Amino acid sequence: MTAPGRSGLVFHEPLLFESSRPGRAGVPIDDPDVPLVDVARELGAELIRDDVPDFPELSELDVVRHFTRLSQWNYGIDSGFFPLGSCTMKYNPKVNETVARLPGLAAVHPHSHDDDVQGVLALACELEAALAEMSGLDRVTLQPAAGAQGEFVGVRMIQAYHRARGDRERTRVLIPDTAHGTNPASAALNGLDVVEVKSGADGIVHPDALARLCDARTAALMLTNPNTLGLFESHVEKLAEVVHAAGGLVYLDGANMNALLGVAKPGHMGVDVMHFNLHKTFSTPHGGGGPGSGPVAVKNALAPFLPIPVIRREGDRYLRDDEFPHSIGRVHAWYGNAGIWLRALAYIRTLGAAGLSDVTSRAALNANYILESLRDVYDAPHARRVMHECVLTDRRQHDHGVTTADIAKRLMDYGYHPPTIYFPLVVAGALMIEPTECESQETLDGFIGAMRSIAREAETDPGLVTGAPTRPIVRRLDEVRAARKPRLRWTRSG
Amino acid sequence: MLARIGVASLDELFEGVPASLRSRAELKLPPALDERALLRFFSGHAAENVNVQSSASFLGGGAYHHFIPSAVDALASRGEFMTAYTPYQAEISQGTLQMIFEFQTLICQLTGLEVANASLYDGASAVAEAVLMAARVTRRSRIAVSEALHPHWREVLRTYGEGVGLELVTLPLEGGRTRLDSLPGDCAAVVIQSPNFFGCIEDLGAAAKVAHREGALAISATAEALSLALLKSPGELGCDIACGDAQSFGLPLSFGGPYAGFLASREKFVRQLPGRLIGESVDASGERAFVMTLTTREQHIRREKATSNICTNQGLCALRVTIWLGLLGRRGLRRLAEINVAQSAYARRALARAGLALPYSAPVFNEFVVEVPSLSRKLERCRAQGIQAGVPIPRTRDDSREPNGLIVCTTEMNTRAQIDALARELAS
Repeated sequence: MTAPGRSGLVFHEPLLFESSRPGRAGVPIDDPDVPLVDVARELGAELIRDDVPDFPELSELDVVRHFTRLSQWNYGIDSGFFPLGSCTMKYNPKVNETVARLPGLAAVHPHSHDDDVQGVLALACELEAALAEMSGLDRVTLQPAAGAQGEFVGVRMIQAYHRARGDRERTRVLIPDTAHGTNPASAALNGLDVVEVKSGADGIVHPDALARLCDARTAALMLTNPNTLGLFESHVEKLAEVVHAAGGLVYLDGANMNALLGVAKPGHMGVDVMHFNLHKTFSTPHGGGGPGSGPVAVKNALAPFLPIPVIRREGDRYLRDDEFPHSIGRVHAWYGNAGIWLRALAYIRTLGAAGLSDVTSRAALNANYILESLRDVYDAPHARRVMHECVLTDRRQHDHGVTTADIAKRLMDYGYHPPTIYFPLVVAGALMIEPTECESQETLDGFIGAMRSIAREAETDPGLVTGAPTRPIVRRLDEVRAARKPRLRWTRSG
Repeated sequence: MLARIGVASLDELFEGVPASLRSRAELKLPPALDERALLRFFSGHAAENVNVQSSASFLGGGAYHHFIPSAVDALASRGEFMTAYTPYQAEISQGTLQMIFEFQTLICQLTGLEVANASLYDGASAVAEAVLMAARVTRRSRIAVSEALHPHWREVLRTYGEGVGLELVTLPLEGGRTRLDSLPGDCAAVVIQSPNFFGCIEDLGAAAKVAHREGALAISATAEALSLALLKSPGELGCDIACGDAQSFGLPLSFGGPYAGFLASREKFVRQLPGRLIGESVDASGERAFVMTLTTREQHIRREKATSNICTNQGLCALRVTIWLGLLGRRGLRRLAEINVAQSAYARRALARAGLALPYSAPVFNEFVVEVPSLSRKLERCRAQGIQAGVPIPRTRDDSREPNGLIVCTTEMNTRAQIDALARELAS
């Protein structure tokens, strides 16, 4: 098996500002058919700024080459295998882009009268219904712009629920030590205290450990299931019982829904609130860091607290309803990242029920195949079978002075994007691998071959690994220098 | 593959899921569609909407219809950008990293401030994060907010503020602009949108002076980012934080999202700035390279002690903004802003000539308020003529009268004939 990574011709490309030449222009703009005005006289000279200093001046071709060259320094799913754990880097179907760009969707103004946006409201309702069905919960809002905002909304709704019952002492959120860092940050943003729940030696949370932390101050448990070790929280029903008995609610971080489609519904596990990451499970592009979309699903008991507006159907007509006196309020200027949630609906409509449950089966097949193919050369923290992702460590390679970071960098030379590294925090030197359902056995075998080859190099020629990468446009970065003397923008003076 | 794993069937892979939880029935979802059927389905629903290309649209109010050159879509569609992840692995993310460094620089240039982050969800989240930041910097919790801040942005600010116990105090308006003589004591920040929700350009310089006198930070919010190309920058006028939405710079309206919130501040507040920051550094061979930096402010490192819970932001939108600004360039951007002023000047005169009242005399950029008797009936008639006439001013809770104020927005996408038709329909 030959690894796909090669060295090729890439281009040096300065910053936009450095290529700028006085007088150059990208797009011509003709005079309007209304008379031009003297802006200083129209608005008052004291309001008008001087030219924006050092703003770029480039031709269209300059701009096209600039961004084409920059793009070639990037690695996307379209470039190659991208097994980034907990991020679900699956193929983003191109038809979804066509859908989101239809003028009847992309050129719709959010201030339009409800009667002028019946099509987009109908699509929103259809997606909400599909997400409710997959979650086993009752109501859905598409408003949160990302998973983190979904968490903020979910936790806020839980607070509102307790307050509406006159229950004002619930200030604590229980979060397992395997959780994403966003969970505690979202709880803190709502003014709540975070209590860490230790997972057991088998990698999952045990009801007795949880029970010891539950009391009248418990607002909620925030659980990721399957957790970030790729393990299903097998005691989830009991965990929910324990939290509910103490008067708290159960929040599910839906980052790992790719493992549950058609297999199990969070609502049946005792979950009261959850968020989805449409940019993970439902194939919308990650875009180099967003935009995402983080819809929240809730049980009926929490529906009065949904953020406004809520989209409702009244007879044949859809409308945006603001009249919810118990609502937590608004979290987005409009109804979320419509351009993103429309892509997710396109994905769901393409696959249908059978296709979606096939996604989960194949995701689990691929993850377990990688785990079983590498277990003999890399340490795995647990003996259990995994769901959609697996975790390996650098424990054996460490003896040769090779760390997880080195393995990650060396993978680049082989032509692969590295897994998530040093996460979850509970596993020292973690390499968290999520292959997704999209990849063929040939691709997985290629990756497995590269990982085995790196394990051999760690023993025989560790310098190859610790000196990696050598193929990308730059070598390892000096992160300390970047942080010590932050240079966060270009200036002419340097 | 199953043999290597040591199972006989795919089903066995899910043995960790208790039988009591395993779904027995298939999900109840509509049938799968192939690509042709899928496009037919979405095109059908798309045809049920009125869009700004098929109508004469004067809608603004925080979302603006501007020209998007073809190169923006072509370049932003490149899979290497679109299907990349957050640039944690800097060596194979230099494209995204350099682009965001350029985005940060452009936002600094436009706002006249020294540091800008890699984007936030939208203008509303940018205002909320700016205010939370000011509360951290000043260790105060009272926030003075102009009544002319976009009402949705204000609602989002309230939702975020409640979580950490912020108190919002409203600064009332006079003649369409914010009154600055009633600033309550002990404020963390004064928040002024300019041009404001009613289109009027505010006196940010005066607001900054008043804020600083009380030891508060001055925060400017910008919904129409194009105005930054023409109006004195928030930084030049003394604001400490500038935030807003960059949607005008190359992002389609798309029913309200995804847009691109931006947030810039004075350098001394950089460690309180939320969201991602890209910095310049060098690689092991001494070459210039870019990398995520000051990450100890962020949730994946600091967890509950982070400056914000934001992680994924609007990278692809920041890319579109950077391409769009690069294509327009120094002169194009200024020219586009001047054309917007010319359009609104023409529209104001046309509506006034038609006998409608313009209640505010303050200078405006590309939107303004007009008083239209029997507004709802007129709006219905405009809709029937294919005209989205504007954003009706929302009724305030303590005012039972039928409001008749309409916010009309004109950009370079409107023609003289459209404006003339609007004046005819609203006046008759």
